[in-house]
Formats: sequence, C-alpha cells, structure tokens
Amino acid sequence: MAEENGLSQVFEITGKDFGRAGTISTKIKEILQEIGIDSAVIRRAAIAAYEAEMNIVMYAQRGTLTLTLTPTAIRLDVDDEGPGIEDIELAMQEGFSTATDEMREMGFGAGMGLPNIRKNSDEFAISSTPGKGTSIDVVLNLNQVAE
Amino acid sequence: MKLKDVVDKLELKVLTCEDKVGAEVSGGYTSDLLSDVMANSKEGNLWITLQTHQNIVAVAKLKDLSGIVLVNERQPDVDTVQKATAEGVLLLQTSEPAFVISGKLYQLLGA
Repeated sequence: MAEENGLSQVFEITGKDFGRAGTISTKIKEILQEIGIDSAVIRRAAIAAYEAEMNIVMYAQRGTLTLTLTPTAIRLDVDDEGPGIEDIELAMQEGFSTATDEMREMGFGAGMGLPNIRKNSDEFAISSTPGKGTSIDVVLNLNQVAE
Repeated sequence: MKLKDVVDKLELKVLTCEDKVGAEVSGGYTSDLLSDVMANSKEGNLWITLQTHQNIVAVAKLKDLSGIVLVNERQPDVDTVQKATAEGVLLLQTSEPAFVISGKLYQLLGA
C-alpha cells in the first residue's frame, strides 16, 4: 500500500496472544534498520511500537499498527478494538495501570506504557471510545537528525 | 569490558547463544518491570532480572541489550530458551540474588 511520498504497511496484532507479543515491534525495528534510519530514532520508534503492541496484547481483542514512512517522518498509527479508556488523562499518568495481577507478575502493568510512547514521540495523539477501542497516532521526525 | 570476561569473572552460566559473548558490556540494568527496562536500559547493558517468560527476549532484542541474567538460579521457560535461540539473545543464569550480582557487576565494570 503506497501513500503519497511514502510507504505504508499494516500489521495485525491479536489480543491476549502473549506468545507472539513483541514480534510486530521487532519486525518494525528490522524494517527501519534495513532502510538505514538513524539508530537513535530507531530506538525511540522501537519503544513506542513495543508499548503500543503490548497495550493491544494485554487489553484489546485485536488491533492494527500501521507503519508509514515518508522522507521526513516515521508514523505509527495504532487502532484497537477493545475496552477503550474511560479517563485518558489518568491513563497518561506514570504509574497508573489497570493491569491484572497475572500481568503484573510478568512484569507488565508498571503504568509506564502510554507515558513511554509519548516520551519517545515528536507528535503524540490519543483518542478512545469506551466499549469500542483506542487509537494512538505517533510521529517521529527524521529531519532533525544531522546526517 | 567483553561479555566473556564478565561471564567468567561472575561465574555466569550461559544458557543460549554462546557465540554472542564477544560483545561489549556497556553497563547493567536491574529490574523486573518490562516497561522500565524498555524506558531506561541502555544499548549493550546486561539486564538482571527474575522474569523467565518469553516476553523478556523481545525487550532485550528491541533495546540491543548484551544479554539477560536470570537470578537465583531461576530456570527460563522452554519457549523463552527457544525464542532467545531463534532471536540471537544471550541468556545467562546465576545462583546469586539480584542485589548481589548487580553489586558484583557494578564493581567489575568499575562504574
């Protein structure tokens, strides 16, 4: 799927599938490395992609992560079908989590996922409809990298 | 310091990917929270943890960590070993608890 001045690829993520969790963000990192994106930008994109992927795995039924590359930016657009978020401001606070005890025992649910995504983005937008799902749009600029 | 020297001096048991011990260790990070490791570990760090499930492999791979040290002689899950082998992630094991092995690594690297 080609967009104007860019390439776009859609990845499907299945909820509750902890066995495959992390494979999409690993794949995205590999794609960015193959293209030769600056490693500092790749590291930030990998963190954002991983946290977004894990949020779908932990909370949603299913979702997609769309990677779009343009000459000036990396876009990650994440859309899920899931419970949604009642209070986005609260969910964005570091340390707030709705993870189950089982997830916490595995080391998830630190309440750092959404804050980590925002910290590693140049542009960050989140919207959610309770009972339907959540969308996160992330942009990482490439033109700030001196190369 | 080379990973191989760290493995020898701290008497770590190599569980997967022994060919990776030529890598350089940049430091260490001790945590059992995956998002914390994603946020705060640095490239080349040895990650000291008690988590043994397969999701630790993706974290190490995404953050370019030099390896994962499982503490208290904890055994990784079978699928963790399989995934680490497939992804080229070095899994190590120690009989020491996290505090002790972190202290020893800190001392060794002269941080």
